[in-house]
This record gives sequence, structure tokens and C-alpha cells, in this order.
Amino acid sequence: MSRSALDLWVGFFVALGLAAILFLALKVGNLSSANAGETYALQAKFDNIGGLKVRSAVKSAGVVVGRVTKIDFDSSAYVAVVSMQMDARYKFPRDTFATINTSGLLGDQFIGFDVGGDTEMLSPGDVIKKTQSAVVLEKLISQFMFNQASDTKDKDKK
Amino acid sequence: MNQEPLVQIRDLSFSYDNRKILSGVNLTIPRGKVVAIMGSSGCGKTTTLRLIGGQLKPTSGEVRVNGQVVHELDSEGLYAMRRRTGMLFQFGALFTDMSVYDNVAFQMREHTDLPEALIHDLVLMKLHAVGLRGAHKLMPSELSGGMARRVALARSIALDPMLMMYDEPFAGLDPISLSIVGVLIRKLNDALGASSIIVTHDVQESLKIVDYIYFVSEGRIVAEGTAEEIRNSKTPYVHQFVWGEADGPVPFQYPTHNAYGDELLQKAA
Amino acid sequence: MRMATNCCRRRLEVSDNRAVQLLIKLGHQVTSRLWRLGFASRFFLAIFLHSGTSFRRMHLTFREIYFTGVMSLIIILVSGLFVGMVLGLQGYDTLQRYGSAEALGILVALSLVRELGPVVAALLFASRAGSAITAEIGLMKATEQLSAMEMMAVNPIARVVAPRFWGGVISMPLLAALFSAMGVFGGYLVGVVLIGVDSGSFWSQMQATVDFREDVVNGIIKSFVFGVIVSWVAVFEGYDCEPTAEGVSGATTRTVVTSSLAILAADFVLTALMFRGV
Repeated sequence: MSRSALDLWVGFFVALGLAAILFLALKVGNLSSANAGETYALQAKFDNIGGLKVRSAVKSAGVVVGRVTKIDFDSSAYVAVVSMQMDARYKFPRDTFATINTSGLLGDQFIGFDVGGDTEMLSPGDVIKKTQSAVVLEKLISQFMFNQASDTKDKDKK
Repeated sequence: MNQEPLVQIRDLSFSYDNRKILSGVNLTIPRGKVVAIMGSSGCGKTTTLRLIGGQLKPTSGEVRVNGQVVHELDSEGLYAMRRRTGMLFQFGALFTDMSVYDNVAFQMREHTDLPEALIHDLVLMKLHAVGLRGAHKLMPSELSGGMARRVALARSIALDPMLMMYDEPFAGLDPISLSIVGVLIRKLNDALGASSIIVTHDVQESLKIVDYIYFVSEGRIVAEGTAEEIRNSKTPYVHQFVWGEADGPVPFQYPTHNAYGDELLQKAA
Repeated sequence: MRMATNCCRRRLEVSDNRAVQLLIKLGHQVTSRLWRLGFASRFFLAIFLHSGTSFRRMHLTFREIYFTGVMSLIIILVSGLFVGMVLGLQGYDTLQRYGSAEALGILVALSLVRELGPVVAALLFASRAGSAITAEIGLMKATEQLSAMEMMAVNPIARVVAPRFWGGVISMPLLAALFSAMGVFGGYLVGVVLIGVDSGSFWSQMQATVDFREDVVNGIIKSFVFGVIVSWVAVFEGYDCEPTAEGVSGATTRTVVTSSLAILAADFVLTALMFRGV
């Protein structure tokens, strides 16, 4: 095979490979959305974050508006401190209510923002005051069982 | 012209691990001459070539090429020396992924900055010298054994070496190719003003073309002389070798601890 | 190596005790493995030291990219497509039991980008291109071409080994990316076109979950490491083989076995390092 034909094939191959990487980055991965716009930081404190992870989504009305960037433990107040990067296009009132939700019964956990009525908006670096912890399935079940048990005891007494 | 011999070997010994290959070899290759090193298979002829080319380091003694001790050269000096030597390998060792043309042009492209047009002329000239100018487009797999050997010869003279080394140039060739290669070796040596070393066990062909012959057996030089002297030699080993006798100083039987009869008796008992 | 074998054999003859013999054999095995590993590491260093030629004369490396990369294209693309299609079928079967068939995109993309793409592509690469490199270098050694090159004052490591090594290292991540992309496409074909999972949620869930840095870049890093492993093993086995027909065929087999095992072991280590905290 002559030199130029060989170079052509190699060029074709490299271009194809790079196109595949681009496809993985943009179409399969989230590069198109991740670094698209500017962001600002928010924090929220939770008693229990359940299965929340770094890079979990922050959603409001079902739309992804930010991502969890860091999860720390505050050893003075014994709570979890979750740092988030929010899309700079979206602002939220100061009395926004942050809850930890689960998508489906066993799906990923994410932070949901329920918007309040305050006229002042959260500014970068603020800490969200009103939060609700994750619903832990095991606790729910054990509570349920415990109630059942005490119910039957009460019945026995009667 | 410098009258010092081109290659001088003094008390050269070499062993692989504990197996002695060469012990105390002395030989001289004068400038402009064709010298043959002969001996039966496995006697250390090829090792001698590799020691001259610097691919192996001697256990003791030294090899001088053009006044320089080969094993004392650093890799740069060694490469500089190798650029001025050509070597023909036993089966040609042509690069199988390149055409005949590219094979011959290989060294010119690696070591010189010559323009491609000049390389083209040089390559065809070298190929013409071995009579294969018409075959420059072929791949090595399309060549017969004799042609491959001639292409390899053209390749090894690509940079007009001062020293040519031939490792079994006659092995496995038909009689016609054999004499072509023989004649070429002599002609090229004289045309280039080079000196040549031929390692071979083909007595009859080499006796026709060489100036001087060394006989090696079990790592030692056992006889030397001009072609005429060798032909008429009375040394038993040389006589056996030149006339190809099955038994003689080189025994037919591989050495054993005990005689075969003893072994049979032992088994019976 | 040869020396070690010889002196060991001599010692074996001396001792009659079978246990002692076994121990000596074991010790010899271990030392010869270590010896080879040491030589392979020195060889690895030598490749880097003599890599100048591969980049100064790019056409040497281009040629190897052609033989390793372009020649492996078909097998990589076809297997990628089929692996993706199988993932689509199996994944859908499992996911729809939990009512989350929309997560099919995530499953296909994550398993391909993180694991199957780099690993399966590297295994295919080892058997398609790695063995070819070993056989080629081994044959060049057996037919004295490497020796001849040395005698022509051309370093075979710089001229023959390094371009093949770099050709493999460059080709591997590209092939792995093609494998993954083809696999995602295969998953899409089966999941969306054939079974009828919603196309929008297939892509959007995939995009929401697959992270560029965590998943895609880590996958590319993996395939790069695998490329180094396969190319290193392949050129080393070729360069180190016994210069005979059996030697070359044995070395070719060893290339496939050694590099496959090394890929899987390295994959475990890399996965543990990359995805542990996530």
C-alpha cells in the first residue's frame, strides 16, 4: 500500500475515534450540560441524607437545577452539610424548602426544592434553613412493626 | 594506503556461560583481501563474525578493526564503525515488510540526508551491480533464494563499506546462484577496495575466490594458508574437510562415556 | 535465562531427593519469572529512551497505527454493536420487572463506558493486534532481520519496537471509544427501535447519569492503560522470543494470555481506584 493511501486510512481512523469520544462526551455523557453555564454555591443542612451522593441532582418541579458537589459532617451540630452548585439562571426565594426525595421506590436520591413565597432571593453561599431529611425505609418499616405490636398488646389488655 | 591490516584478532576467547566457543584465536585480515574462515558447523565461525561486528563481547583478547578495539568502543563509536561495515546474513535477512528497492535504500535513508532522487540513482546502481535492477519493485517474498541473497548483498554495500562480512553466503543455493554469489563477492571486494571475511563450510566454491583461509575447529585455528596450500595440505583435519570424508580426525560418532559394547554388556548383566 | 536453566539442571542431577528437587524447580521457576520481569521493565524503559524516532518520523508510527488500529476496526465495531444489543435485551428484561425500563440507557451506557468498552476492546485488541505484533517482531528476530538492522547501525528498539508500541498505545483508546459508541448505538437499536422504550427518556436519563469526567474520562484512562499493557507485552514477547518457529508461536500465545490476564487485573485495580467513592 502506498504512503498516501495509508495516511488516508490512519486519518480516517483517528477522525472516527475522536468522533466516538465526542459522541460519548456530548450525547452519552453530560458534558453539554455540565459546564454549559455559570453556577453559584448553596448549602443545606440535613439530619439525615440517606443515600444522597456527590453529583446527585438538585431538582425543582422535576427540572434539574443543580448538582451536589460536596457532603460534609458538621461535628458540632451532628448534621450533614451538603454543598450544591446551582445553575446561575435559576434563583430561589429565601424560604425555599429542601427535601431529600427518591425517584421511584428504589431509585436514586436527589434534593428537591419546594419554592416558598419570600420576595428576597437566596444569594450565593447562603445556607438553606428549612430542610427535611431523607425518608429511611428501614425506620418506616420498624415504626410500623412497633405500632402493630403495641396495638395487639393493647387489644390483649382489653 | 595504510599498511596496517584492517582486522586484527589477538588471543580471542569467548564462552557462553561455561561453554567455550573460541579459545585463543589469532587471525589477520589484510586490506583489500578476501579471507575465508572455515570449519564444520558449530565450531565458532559465526561467533567470530559477531565479535568483529561488536554484537558480542569477548571473554578475553581483543578484536581490532581499523585500529580500534571493538569491545572498548562506546555505542556511538560502535555504530560509527558499523556504518562502515557491511554484513550479509545467512539467509539474507531482508526486511520482509519492504520492497527490494526500500531494502537497499534503508541504510541511505537512515544514515544520510541524501535527496530521494539521488537515493533512487544509488539504489538502482547497487541493484545493477548484482544484476537485479529489474527486480526493484518486487517484495522479498517474491524472490528466489539466490536473488534474495544478491539483494541482501546490494543492501550491505549500500554505504560502500570498508569491511564486508559474509555469514554462510553459499548455504542453500543452487550451483548457478552459488557461483554468481561467489563471483560477486570477489568482484565487489575489488571494485569497492574493501576487505572481506567469508565464513563458510563450502570449500570448493570459496577456494576459487579467496586469498587466504583459516581453518577453525573446536574454537581454535588448526590450519591456515592460501588456497593452493590448503588444497595440498597434509594436515589430517584439513584433508578430511577439503575432500569431504565421513570419518577422520572429526569422528563420525558423537563422544560417549563408554563404548557401545560395554553398554550392551551392562544391560545384559 | 539460558544460564539459569543450565546450572539448575546440573544441580537437579546432583540431588536425588524428590522434595529437594521439587523445591529447586520451584525456586528456579520463581527466579526465572523475576528475571523476565526485570528484563521486561528494562525493555520498557529502553522503549521510552528510544522513542524519539517514532515521533520525529511520524510515518513509521502511522504505519503501525494502520496495522493495529485500522485493521482492528471491523472486529471492534461489529463486536461493539452486538455487545450493546445484548445489553439492551438483557437490561430491558431485568429493568422492566421493576418498572424502570427507561433506565435502560443508563445501564447500557454506564456498563459500556466504564467497563465493557475498555476491557472487551482491549481483549479483542490483544488477540487481534497484540498477537500480530508479537509474531511480526518474533519473525524478524528469527530471520535475523533485527540482527541485520543492528549491524547496519540502526537500533531495532528505536526503528522497529518503539513505533509498534506507540501505534498500539495511540490506537487503543480510539478503538475503545468506538466500541462504546457502537455499543450505545446497539443498545439504542434494540431498546428504542425494536422494543419501543421511549427515545427521549432513553437519552435524557443516560445524559443525566453518565458523567463526563467520572465515567467517560475514566473509561478513556482505562483504555489508555490497557493500550500500554497490551503493546508492552506484545513487543516484549516478540523481542524476547526464541528465534525459532516454535518460539514465535509460543510467544504469540503468551502475548494473548499474559496481556488478557494483565488487562483484567489492571481493570480491577483501576476500578477500585476510580469508582470507589462514588
